[in-house]
Order: sequence, then structure tokens, then C-alpha cells
Amino acid sequence: MSALSVFYTILFYSAATIFIVGLAYRISVYAKTPAPLKIPTTPAPTTKSGVVFRLFTEVALFNSLFKSTKWTWLFGWMFHLSLLLAFFRHLRYVLSPDSVFWPLINNWLVLFAGQYGGFLMLIGLAGLFGRRIFVDRVRYISSPSDYLMLILIFTIAATGMLMSFVNHTDIVQLKAFAFGLVTFNPQELPGDTLVLIHLALVASLMIIFPVSKLLHAPGIFFSPTRNQVDNPREQRHIVEWAAKLEADRE
Amino acid sequence: MADFEVAKITKGYVSIPKLKEGTMAHSQPFIAKEKFQVPLGYPGELIDNWKEVVIEKLKELSGKYRSLKVFLDSCIKCGACTDKCHYFIGTQDPKNMPVARQDLLRQVYRYYHTFTGRLFAKLGIPGFVGAKELTKEVIDDWYVYFHQCSQCRRCSVFCPMGIDTAEISMAAREILDQIGVGQKYCNEIIEKAGRIGNNLGLPEPALLDTLEGLEEEIEDDTGVAVKLPLDKKGVDILLVTPSADFFAEPHVDGLMGYAKVFHEAGVSWTVSSYASEAANFGMFIGSYENMRKLSLRIRKAAIDLGVKRIVFGECGHAWRVAYSFLNTLAGPFDFLDPNYPVPQHICEFTYNMIQNNELTFDKSQNDDMTLTFHDSCNVARASRMGDEPGGQFKIPRAVIKAACNNYVDMPSDTIGESTFCCGGGGGLLTDDLMELRVKGALPRATALTHVTNEYGVTHMAAICAICKSQFTKVLPYYGFTMDQIVSVHQLVSSAIVLSDAPKDNEESDETDAA
Ligand code: SF4
Ligand code: SF4
Repeated sequence: MSALSVFYTILFYSAATIFIVGLAYRISVYAKTPAPLKIPTTPAPTTKSGVVFRLFTEVALFNSLFKSTKWTWLFGWMFHLSLLLAFFRHLRYVLSPDSVFWPLINNWLVLFAGQYGGFLMLIGLAGLFGRRIFVDRVRYISSPSDYLMLILIFTIAATGMLMSFVNHTDIVQLKAFAFGLVTFNPQELPGDTLVLIHLALVASLMIIFPVSKLLHAPGIFFSPTRNQVDNPREQRHIVEWAAKLEADRE
Repeated sequence: MADFEVAKITKGYVSIPKLKEGTMAHSQPFIAKEKFQVPLGYPGELIDNWKEVVIEKLKELSGKYRSLKVFLDSCIKCGACTDKCHYFIGTQDPKNMPVARQDLLRQVYRYYHTFTGRLFAKLGIPGFVGAKELTKEVIDDWYVYFHQCSQCRRCSVFCPMGIDTAEISMAAREILDQIGVGQKYCNEIIEKAGRIGNNLGLPEPALLDTLEGLEEEIEDDTGVAVKLPLDKKGVDILLVTPSADFFAEPHVDGLMGYAKVFHEAGVSWTVSSYASEAANFGMFIGSYENMRKLSLRIRKAAIDLGVKRIVFGECGHAWRVAYSFLNTLAGPFDFLDPNYPVPQHICEFTYNMIQNNELTFDKSQNDDMTLTFHDSCNVARASRMGDEPGGQFKIPRAVIKAACNNYVDMPSDTIGESTFCCGGGGGLLTDDLMELRVKGALPRATALTHVTNEYGVTHMAAICAICKSQFTKVLPYYGFTMDQIVSVHQLVSSAIVLSDAPKDNEESDETDAA
């Protein structure tokens, strides 16, 4: 194997490890941190299934954001949707054609939507970037990392699309490399620049994910204003540290 | 009238203002003296090692409150909340944008307690990831801007991450208290409520006097001996109501309304002098301990008086603490009658009677008014009434409509879950924050102006002691008069027909609201 392929193999394994361990750690911290008081933003569901539905509308439709500003919602939702489409399209690099899932992802719909979804992504990101620059309120609250994050994802999308529309890379070799990674059987990587940039940026994204605001992905599920059932009168809610205070009761 | 500029309301809706940095940097409440700090368990003045304590407390609190931890981590700086705060709309100060307010705390959290913040601090560019070293200036900023948040939760409705700035403000105030920089208004009140039983420091004899006076007033008015009992044992209901109900206008008219409803219901009830306060300012300063101590007074009163039910009077944040937290802080209430929710809101009580046709109203008594209703933040976004989500909007309106012929809602983006704060909630109802209070009321005043011009609304009803006090004080700055604010149960009181009233006396039941 070439030095470059070795480097990228190591890079990806490290990035994946940081991503998974980091994410698992953060989730476990959230799960372990108690929520001593009932603070759902009301009106809130009064049942568990109601909460599941509320979370679904938040995660899939960005319900609260929709109530807030239609433009941010539109760009944000477009971007996240295209992220999902891109994810499905990329599955064909890491799944074997023998897999039961293969027909699900290797069909024209997924491939087409995944490919052209890239435009949605660029538009969405450009819109979000524009808001950050042109709306004085959003500009005020942005730090350099907020811009860079958008630029990073924009570049990943752009290089990906260049490969798919303009400058086709050696797709067979690329698949061999990616498939090799997930089956722990490292292979050579096609050496063109676009691939190298694309993959290096994806790896950096995975590395910064657990230590940046990208963490909002799992965060929303732990947000007490959204995930709590509105039933404080019916059911006493008490966490361990709060229960300890009750030793002084008559 | 004021030594600051008050906006002229020219349009029927609020527009999003441009940023003007530092417009409210001078606004801060008086700092609490030692005698109000120490009884609450806080140091009397700024401690020497404040820096270590702040850093340590921030870590401790984010380990005790998932809300704080998750909210500090997951803001994506989308800006959706930036135009949602009444204080931003009224002051244009960018630090009053919810996310910017959070960032005052978040920057320190990032600097000391996150990997990225620490890394970029080492590289000498903490600002790159929005981190900032803790200095005295930062603390000063906290004191200024976390006392420009009424913890109304309006921002939390619109945040895609569900981030509630109120939680951040509470944590910040708790940390400030811990280093000896508490707010006088809140801490003085908490001390009084914890020692005497209510925020005003009214002792038992004064309460007795007031309640007897009200009994006389009702009897003069209606010819019916409606009772307002104090510390009566073995009755059905313990009424816990904000102490403003005992003397302030229009609050006290609401209290007379509750008494009449109880009278018609034929239930026995009492006020407790030991727990003569529904308000719980422990919430405003983010102190679980202080909130719990005050709540336990209600538990003790209920046990000592041997009541079967607890009903709360009209108060916003009190209803939040009662509805959402009381069971946690002072429960379980298994010694009360399990057939009734604990606690119950007076509006729920009255509404149930209306539903069962147990109350008779002469709505014409309120015909001199066209009403609208101000949803109080803590009722709207932090609690519920009745069995259905949204009952907190439906039930008070149903009560008003049962007692009045003329009712109009304000524009939909200013009521319900999107309601605008009165501008005086969250422990800011103090004269040393007058400018903030007036400016924060701008969105509500705008909506009220709109329905005044379009539909001839003359009065606005509210179910919160703070809202009522705040509006009577600040709405005059926007061209209204103080008596345009009424209690919901004041309307009930005016229109209710007491079944044992002497016939010839009916006409003398003039409304005292106009
Ligand atoms: S709406 Fe929520 S996520 Fe967006 S900037 Fe405001 S606090 Fe952050
Ligand atoms: S809780 Fe209310 S007062 Fe505080 S920042 Fe949010 S909108 Fe403003």
C-alpha cells in the first residue's frame, strides 16, 4: 500500500474512534445528569407517546424553528434533508452488493436524490451562511468557528459534487477502499486530489463532532423542555440528589 | 414622566429593531446587603476567591441540572431566538437577545469546562470558539444582563434545541448569590417569606384585619355574609394566594371573587398565616433549596390545618412552582383528598363550577368593559390547567366569557404560547429597574393598543399578581390608565349572583372595576 493510503486508513480509523467514543461519552454524560424539575415548555404532551411524537416533529420537521423564522427553517431543513439523502447515497460505498439492504439503497431514487440533493445542500448552506453575514442579530452572535463549520461542510459537499458531476474519480477503487475500511481489510485509495480533500474534511468533521456544537444532534433528545411528559401533579418527579435533601422532613 | 425615552406606539404590531450596543449596560438592580444574604445561605458580600467559586459552581450546577448542561452544549447559533425577547425588542441591546444572554455564561463554561474552549485558550484565541476568560467585567455583565431576563421562556418556544434561557439565568443568579452578589429585591423577599410567611411581611394580626375588612366590604355590597377565614382548622380547602391579593389593586378584587365562588360552592376554606404566600421567589434566583424551604411551609400548613385540598390564587410564577414543582419539592400529598388534583388553580375551580352550571352570572354587570386577556408567561409556557394541554389558555378565557359579554383576543402571535411577558416577571418588579420594566412592556402595550384601536378594548384581565402590579405601574407610560388592568376573579366577583342575596340588594352590586 502507498504511504498515502496508509495515512488515510489510519486517519479514518482514528476519526471514527474519536467520533464513536466521543459521542458515546457525551450521550452517557447527558443521560447520567439528572433533571430535578419538570420543565417542559407547555403546552406539552401528557403521555410518553405524545413526547415521542413531539420529538419526532422537532427532529424531522424542525417544528419550533418553523414557528420562529421561515427562512432559517427553509435553509436549515433543506440542508439537513440533503444530509440524509447524501448519507443514503454513500451507503453503497460501505455495503456489499450481497447485503439485504443493497436493493434498498441501490435504486435510481436513492442514487438520484442523493446526487441532486447535493444542490439542495449547497443552497441550504449558502442561505445559512448568508443569514449569518447579513442579518445583524445573527452576525452578532456568531464566532469564527460558526462560519468555518459552514465552510467546512460546504467544501465537503462541493468536492463530492465535483466528483460526481465533473471530474469522475476511480469509483471502483474508491469503493474498494471504503469497503476495506469497514471490513477491516485496508485497500489502496485512488489518489486524485478531490477524493483526498473530500475524505480529509469528512474525517475532520467526525473528529470535531463530539467537541463542538455539532453535538446538537443528540442534544435535542435530552432537552428537558422537549422530552418531558407534562404530568407533575399526577406523578411525583424526584431525583436522587433532591431526595437526599428530604432527610430534614418531619 | 421618565428620565429615559419611552417608545411611541404608532403601529399595531412590533417590528424587530436594529441592534444598538450597550443601551442597557447601566441598568442593574440594587445588590443585597448582608442581612438578606446570610439567612438564605449566601455570603454577605463579594468573596475574595470568587473566581474559583464561580468556575467550580458552574461545573457543579451543570452536573446537577441536565437542562443547564444540554443547553450550554447544544446551541447552534441559528439566531431563531434573537428577536423573541421583549427586553430586546424594547431596548435594542444585543445582549438582551436570548442567545447572547446565554453566551455570557456559555463563554465562561466553554473556556473552563470544554475541551475545545481549553484548547483554543491555550492557543491564545479562545474567541475563535466563543470562549472567554472569567474576569470581574464578565461578572458585572452577568449581574446586569441576567437581571434583564424575566425568565418568561418565550425564547424556549422558538428554539429548535428547546433551549430555555430562563434556566441559564437562574443558574447565573444562583452562582452570583454564591459569591455574595445577590439581588436585594428577591433576597429580601425570600428572607421575609421564610421568616414571616409572606413576601410583604404581613403578620397574622394584619392579615386578620384585612380579611375582616374584606368581609365587611362584601357584606355592604351584597348583603351576604361571605367569609374570608384565617387559620381555620379542619376545613376543606387551603387557599394559597399571592400576598398582593390582600391589599393591592386590582388584586384584592380578585380575592373577593375567590371568596364568593367558594361561598357559592358551599365549601369550607381558609387562608393560612404561616403559608400566606403563593409566590416563591426561590425560583427566580435559581435556588432549589430556597424554593423547597418556602414550599414546605405550604405542606406544613396543609397538615397542621387538616385540609383536604389546596387551591392556588391568581399568580403566574406561583402557579408554575405549584403546578410543576410543588409535588417534587414538598410532596407527596397523599394525605389530601385524592379526588382532586394537588394543587388546583382557582380558575380550574371556578371553571368546573361553571361547567356544572353551579354559578349564576349577571354578565351585564361587566358591560361597561370590553375585555382582553393577557396570558401570563409562567402559566402559558410552564404549566397547565385542566386535563388537556392548552387548558391554561382555554380555562381563564372561559371564566372571563362566563362573566362578561364583551371579549376580544389580542393578535395571535402575542398570546397563548407566544405571549409577551408583562416586563416585570422573574424578580424584576422593583423600582430600581423601572426603565427596563417600561421598555420590556412595549410588545404587550403595542398589542393592547392594537385591540384598543381596532375593537374598542377597554380593559385587560390577568391572572398574575406580578403582571397586575407591573401593568398598573407601566402602562400609563404608554397612554393607558392604571385601572384598565383587572383580575379575572374581579370580573367573576362583579357578575356573580349570590344565591342567598337579599332580593332588593341585587342592584347595588355595582362593579368597582371601572
Ligand atoms: S434559537 Fe436556540 S439554538 Fe438557535 S441561537 Fe437561539 S438558543 Fe441557540
Ligand atoms: S426567558 Fe424571556 S426574558 Fe429571558 S431571554 Fe428568554 S425571552 Fe428574554
